[in-house]
Amino acid sequence: MSTEFARKSHDALVDPKLQLAIYTSTARLKQNRIDAVSPAALPDYQELRAQANAIKKHTIDNLDHYLEEFERNVAAHGGHVVYCKDGTEVSDFILSLAKERASHLIVKSKSMTTEEVDLNERLEHHGLESVETDLGEYILQLAHERPYHIVAPALHMTRYQVADLFERELRAPRETVIEKQTMLARSVLREKFLAADIGISGANFLIADSGAVVIVENEGNARLTTSAPKIHIAVAGIEKVIPRAQDLATFLKLLARSATGQLLSVYTSFLSGPRRAGEIDGPEEFYVVLLDNGRTRLLPDKGKRQSLYCIRCGACLNTCPVYRKIGGHSFPWVYSGPIGAILTPQFMGIQHEPALPFASSLCGACGEVCPVKIDIPKVLLELRSEVKKSDAREGRNRLEKLGFRGFAWLMTHPRLFEMAGRVGRSMGWPASRKGPLGAWLSERDLPPLPAHSFREMWRRR
Amino acid sequence: MSRDNILHKIRTALGRGAGQAVADPPPARIRIPQVAVDDRIASVLERVRALAGQAVVADDPRAYVANAIAGKTAVASNAPFLVECGITSLSGVRSGIRDREELRQLCATADAGITSADYALADTGSLVLLSSPNEARMISLLPPAHIAIVPRTRILTGLDELFSILPSPAEASSSMVLITGPSRTADIEQILVRGVHGPGSLTVVVV
Repeated sequence: MSTEFARKSHDALVDPKLQLAIYTSTARLKQNRIDAVSPAALPDYQELRAQANAIKKHTIDNLDHYLEEFERNVAAHGGHVVYCKDGTEVSDFILSLAKERASHLIVKSKSMTTEEVDLNERLEHHGLESVETDLGEYILQLAHERPYHIVAPALHMTRYQVADLFERELRAPRETVIEKQTMLARSVLREKFLAADIGISGANFLIADSGAVVIVENEGNARLTTSAPKIHIAVAGIEKVIPRAQDLATFLKLLARSATGQLLSVYTSFLSGPRRAGEIDGPEEFYVVLLDNGRTRLLPDKGKRQSLYCIRCGACLNTCPVYRKIGGHSFPWVYSGPIGAILTPQFMGIQHEPALPFASSLCGACGEVCPVKIDIPKVLLELRSEVKKSDAREGRNRLEKLGFRGFAWLMTHPRLFEMAGRVGRSMGWPASRKGPLGAWLSERDLPPLPAHSFREMWRRR
Repeated sequence: MSRDNILHKIRTALGRGAGQAVADPPPARIRIPQVAVDDRIASVLERVRALAGQAVVADDPRAYVANAIAGKTAVASNAPFLVECGITSLSGVRSGIRDREELRQLCATADAGITSADYALADTGSLVLLSSPNEARMISLLPPAHIAIVPRTRILTGLDELFSILPSPAEASSSMVLITGPSRTADIEQILVRGVHGPGSLTVVVV
């Protein structure tokens, strides 16, 4: 196991405050979801899941078609679509637009996709001010951390840590009342919204038949981001497209319920292009950045392609016994929990963090709660097999293979096997926890050798 | 340019040719229950209140709003329905604004924003606002309180009926927003705080 992943997991496990924060937050989100999708609350939940899965499957299987339809419809309403293969292309596009329009201040609403490519850092490196406006994301930006959870980004922080942070970064008097902290952030960010030249949002859905971007949120910061500045840029992964506006009747019922247990998030914005003739406000320019960033790598394999169905609700994190112990920052990339364990190796390459597909008990809870029915346990198994194959190709498992071959040989020679057992017992096997054997045993538990072998007991009776 | 490269990669991975036809997607799932108007109204009131909003049926919306904003400032949208209800002529209410900057300044300082709504959804207590010359976005967004005046005939059963009536919202407007309760966050220790960026107070007046 990579030392980094193991070390961070261990650090999280021995931090009692963090354990409590993760446990209580995920327990609440988990229970809210259970209540919201119960047969009494949502009788057709399973039909909706099946429908959502069928639509996602159809769209991903014909992705090029729906992207082109989306593109045509965005253009028809006066917007622009920009395809980008990676973070460099995204920031190059935004930087050149900002330069042309003499823009300096950017407000951002929550977007996991921009987190993937460290967009803020890239823009700030070139002298632009890019401000996160979701309260949790704003806190994390001030703290220079990445999101701990897909829907509750600052889940791991206490009001006291936020108080320290605001005091230091905003030079405001120390304030530990959560409501007052929130209002302080509101007033700082309100100024930014009204002064910003560009608003950058993510997208929960792209609607092919409308050329629309759909954004769900609770705070109102995404509405402000997409309607106060003169330029709106939505950054979305290419897999976010669905065929029709009518499909939202399925997806919107599932998304908020799975994420937080709400029937709908407070604000659902359906945005199709810049403001039209006669409208008083809204953006004058509308761009949709369609980002690949490794997504096309997931398409060739029909089994694993379903990883792209994810609608980022976070339900699998809240229910995962592993995430709930090791937390979000143990994971090597922006996506954590079960969905992170299948997305990261596929986006970044299987050897980026080969331990990830193994960091699961395969209990199946993630697959059970997934609103679009991604069979996460199955994908984990396929990725495990890929890691092993890649290890074999690179000869990384030569010693292990040799060890097992030796063990098999020993098992087929009863006398030698018995003798080895006797030696092992007298020496206190395994004698050494160092070297390659020690490394192998660091994540495995061997049963202790019994005082007497079965053969000995058989002979004695 | 990355466009052609990305589309080419996708087609190669999926085994598809450029412009290759696509089978019809699974039919959209639209199920509209039969709910009497009075029951829809009752449901909207219940849902909005459950989200800590205020909701009333008012025979005289002008009097209700006059009382709600007494002594305060408000910006009203240009919706004809608000004129019809006599709300735009209330004292303290500014309306008829057509200039972006002027509207922003007013909304940034007003105590309340008053809008109509194109629809309301009974099963979630949502308001549906389509932006237009009559309905600007900032009025339901910048002031700390939002008051929406909704004709009772505009209350739909839910999302399914909305997307059945409006299968292509993009044809109707550049922006459709569903508002379900007051602005809220729970980003610090999962403690619920209302009014983080949008209005912390939401009042739905059914006429």
